[in-house]
Amino acid sequence: MEKHHKSRRQFLQHSALSGVAMMTSLPILASELTKNKVSTLSSSMLKPGGEFSNYGTPSPYEKEVIRWISANSDVPGNGVSWTPLHELQGTITPNGLHYERHHNGVPDINPDTHNVVIDGLVDKPLNFSIHHLLRYPQHSRICFIECGGNSNENYKTSPSQASAGYAHGLVSNAEWTGVPLALLLNEAGIQSSAKWVIAEGADAGALNVSIPIDKLLDDGLLALYQNGERLRPENGYPVRLIVPGWEGIVNVKWLRQLKLSASPAMTRDETSQYTDLQPDGKAQQFSFEMQVKSLITSPSVGMTLPDNPGTYQVTGLAWSGIGKISRVEVSADGGQTWQDALLQEPILDKAFTRFSIAWQWHGQYAILQSRATDESGQIQPTREVLIANRGKYSYYHYNAIISWEVDELGDIHHVYA
Amino acid sequence: MFMPKLIMIIFFLSGSVQANDETYQALGAPIDQTISHPELNLTIFPDGTGLPEGSGSVAQGKQLFNRLCISCHGQGGRGGSAMALTGDIGSLNSAYPEKTVNSFWPYATTLFDYIRRSMPPSAPFSLSSNEIYALCAYVLSQDAILDENAVLDKTTLPQVKMPNRDGFLPR
Repeated sequence: MEKHHKSRRQFLQHSALSGVAMMTSLPILASELTKNKVSTLSSSMLKPGGEFSNYGTPSPYEKEVIRWISANSDVPGNGVSWTPLHELQGTITPNGLHYERHHNGVPDINPDTHNVVIDGLVDKPLNFSIHHLLRYPQHSRICFIECGGNSNENYKTSPSQASAGYAHGLVSNAEWTGVPLALLLNEAGIQSSAKWVIAEGADAGALNVSIPIDKLLDDGLLALYQNGERLRPENGYPVRLIVPGWEGIVNVKWLRQLKLSASPAMTRDETSQYTDLQPDGKAQQFSFEMQVKSLITSPSVGMTLPDNPGTYQVTGLAWSGIGKISRVEVSADGGQTWQDALLQEPILDKAFTRFSIAWQWHGQYAILQSRATDESGQIQPTREVLIANRGKYSYYHYNAIISWEVDELGDIHHVYA
Repeated sequence: MFMPKLIMIIFFLSGSVQANDETYQALGAPIDQTISHPELNLTIFPDGTGLPEGSGSVAQGKQLFNRLCISCHGQGGRGGSAMALTGDIGSLNSAYPEKTVNSFWPYATTLFDYIRRSMPPSAPFSLSSNEIYALCAYVLSQDAILDENAVLDKTTLPQVKMPNRDGFLPR
């Protein structure tokens, strides 16, 4: 501390002296400044800047940083958009880039007329207006949401060369704020026979899924805010379910009803979809938890290393629907040797954890991989092990190690290794 | 100085609920259970709970399907841009498993539930109950799960045994 004070005093004394010197010879210095420095100054320093904005948008120079949309041509509202994970840093996904999965478009819902009903096996069916929900205690938690079908191109025989986010970016991470579901379910009075909750959205398809009530009582949230502002329409405005760590489909957007029941409804999205077909023809149902996973976001497929030799920050994201990330290892030789990466704080339960490690490249062929471990001890499997256990037609819950091949020119490709 | 504060605290807490050390006002509005709420009973359960009155036949369903569904789902429910609805029974443990309604879905009640809320995508909830029963009957008849003279209603639909009824492993 003392050292800082001293140097600051010295700096001030020095400046004062310089000021005096400038004052005595001002006319000459000013003309030289005008002549010599203007041409080298940035144009942004020579004229007033742009206007204020009521709502900020990204720099026009960042216009390539976008979600990638893939939708059904006959039903354009049925599809996904991918978060550009390879373009982002930190752990929080900006609201405009959070991944989307819609089944029939983004509904336009007026919060003044929207309600959430809790009924079925309750003592007292209740109707909650949005204005009333906003008056309850608001709890915040940061967590990821991952589509059950994220990364599913990797079940295919040849590796996709899509950018990292456009193959693995049906996962995003945000701070969600809203009312703990336990408060509202208990207000309605849960009957002892109630084991499941049928959640239904107000989109053009009225998406419905069955969720075990114990999970919703444990950490389910009725979210009204996303990263501090009200939900974006494409993320469920005015109210959605947040079911931390569980596959995206159960985080029902545009929520209109929670019906408590003794058994699941066997809806389309929990039978025909979001069930994991095994090689023996049986399908695992209600496989809600997203397993431990990681992805190197940079350098990654489609990028080229500019310097040879050069030092590169190998960085990426790790997450687990079971709990916190405890370790991320990185390999540059296709998994023969591993080194522990640095984990950026805070490391949160069921949330993105950023990892990084410096890497020297001097033109050698390399295969970059990351391998995450969560606090339950689950380790991300190799693709070989995952396919051996689950077959090629499981379609959902792909969480195997992802491999980026760096060739001698520094070009990066996606490979199965 | 002390008294006004105490009064304020009492004012703040009256009529409120305390749970998990939090204080808040219970604001849920009771729903009148003496009137029926069809809009709150859209979900149909495997035992038929939620199914409406009405009925429809395979023949009626075929006409409707060819008018409303064939453009996306293809002739007979196959070969369109949308997911195949029919065929491939027994394929699930083969080298090329195909998950159609008839090869994969465990309950026929799900078909009614999903058609009503989602189909056609341009106009969800536009079909009558008779039409939906008819479309279910037509789709199921394509793989002889129902015979060509079948008529479905709220009693017979839950009785349909889907080929892959026992193909799912519970949680």
